[in-house]
Amino acid sequence: MNQNKYPWVKELGCKPCCELKPKIKIKNLSLSYGKRQIFEDINLEINTGCVTGIIGPSACGKSSFISCLNRMIEVVPSAKVSGDVLIDGKSIFDSRLDLNELRKKVGIVFQEPTPLPLSIESNIILPLKEHKFDHISERVEKALRDVGLWNEVKNILKEPANYLSGGQKQRLCMARTIALGPEIILMDEPCSSLDPISTDVVEKLIHDLKGKYTIIIITHNLAQARRVCDFVATFWYDGEKEIGQIIEFGRCIDIFENPKNKIVQDYVGGLKG
Amino acid sequence: MERMTKFLAWLSAGILLLILVLMVQDIFVNSLRHFDFSFLSQDPLSGGRKGGIFPIIISTLLILGVCMIVIVPMGLGTALFLSEYSDEHPKVVHIVRKALEILSGVPSIVFGLFGNALFCVFLGFGFSIWSGGLTLAIMSMPLFIRTVEEGIRTIPKNYRLVPLSLGLGRTTTIRSIIIPYALPFVIVGGVLSIGRSLAETAALIFTSGYVDRMPESLSDSGRALSIHIYDLTMNVPGGDTNAYKTAMVLIVLIFITNGLFTIVLKTWYKKRIIL
Ligand SMILES: Nc1ncnc2c1ncn2[C@@H]1O[C@H](COP(=O)(O)OP(=O)(O)O)[C@@H](O)[C@H]1O
Ligand SMILES: [Mg+2]
Repeated sequence: MNQNKYPWVKELGCKPCCELKPKIKIKNLSLSYGKRQIFEDINLEINTGCVTGIIGPSACGKSSFISCLNRMIEVVPSAKVSGDVLIDGKSIFDSRLDLNELRKKVGIVFQEPTPLPLSIESNIILPLKEHKFDHISERVEKALRDVGLWNEVKNILKEPANYLSGGQKQRLCMARTIALGPEIILMDEPCSSLDPISTDVVEKLIHDLKGKYTIIIITHNLAQARRVCDFVATFWYDGEKEIGQIIEFGRCIDIFENPKNKIVQDYVGGLKG
Repeated sequence: MERMTKFLAWLSAGILLLILVLMVQDIFVNSLRHFDFSFLSQDPLSGGRKGGIFPIIISTLLILGVCMIVIVPMGLGTALFLSEYSDEHPKVVHIVRKALEILSGVPSIVFGLFGNALFCVFLGFGFSIWSGGLTLAIMSMPLFIRTVEEGIRTIPKNYRLVPLSLGLGRTTTIRSIIIPYALPFVIVGGVLSIGRSLAETAALIFTSGYVDRMPESLSDSGRALSIHIYDLTMNVPGGDTNAYKTAMVLIVLIFITNGLFTIVLKTWYKKRIIL
């Protein structure tokens, strides 16, 4: 299976839940904001059920990159995307595709916790109803249990979500995303505004979600990437060409223990970035 | 220099406050001397010189009611259109916005004449509470819409991104996120419009008219407080005292609306938006 492309497949280090079958194929993806090119011709395959980390310094285009995958990039009027993204072999840019369905399938958790100004339960109920799910209250409970929030909030479900702490809010946002039964979950530095304990909870959660969902996580925290990821893509800003690019992609172990690229060697060795 | 600036700032604020105090004092002193609560419950007698203003208060409230019933849904709808659909229909939004700007600069007497032509004559409502309320609604609409729209524009970016990222349709987003967020601004806009409407005479003379009996229905003519004051001062010799008393009632009414809605807003903010 893809042995030539992925030489590490032989000594497979991934968890069994993580299939080496690409879920997302990114082909020659380029993005510019107005005249400014952010990245160009990115090619990447994301494996089914795996956690793929995206690391790299600030402002090299990581957030912009993942927001192409659920087409949230389109809210920026100046953004121009070219190339293609295939999910299960189907292009997400197909004009027949229902954008709301795509975003249900490809959930996102933002950097800042972003509960809506509704009650705790309504934050999950509203999207469930919108997507015509049944057994709403069971699903709410299940999602909240999955993120380990149920016991903390089961008696205050009708209170405003904004009353929760930062870590609780972020887990509520994850519950809201997984309640919709996505196939892919994008996370943009989900722990960067959380305290260490909440971070720990979120990392455990990512471990639990692995296998059920294909996860792409941006993180600044290299130790965290090392703990949670199966694969890692390193983004870097090329000062000469003035664009971001992926300088190395591979198994998490390889990127951290045995990187081929000199910049990555220095970066994970803590010398750069 | 610093002290000069501070002094000037204090001075202008002080003068403003002084004028307000003097005005309120003048009105209250002049009316409280003869005030009696029966003034609120009696019909006016001999052109308003004697008796009370009961039917006039009722007419005023009815006119305001009609005005609010029209202005809230229409104004909110337009504000939503301007804020939510400006990307899709930039031309239409631009035209509507310009039209509102022009409307807000039109003197109220013109609204009065237009309201008379449209509601009283063309639509056949005659001199009536309906015509008055609708005219006030048109007149206050630009102010109301601007208040609500500017409020909606302060919505945090996340409250727009998150619904999109969850695949929520626009209807759901508007109904569940944007309208609840806009409601406090609807209240503020409503209070401003009520204030403006209570003060209005020119737009009402030709629309709701100046019959000072109790209106039998919304299709009946009714005299608003401001018109009563105007009429007593200008056309009724010896009407000054009652004009003062009516003015006091008007001012108290404005205080009450402001106070009431401030309370509503505060509890609201505590419960829903902040934190
Ligand atoms: N909406 C936008 N419009 C214009 N430029 C943007 C926008 N969002 C991000 N950028 C620019 O694109 C570059 C990449 O940003 P981003 O994707 O947020 O990087 P990262 O997530 O790696 O920090 C940055 O230089 C940033 O200034
Ligand atoms: Mg980012």
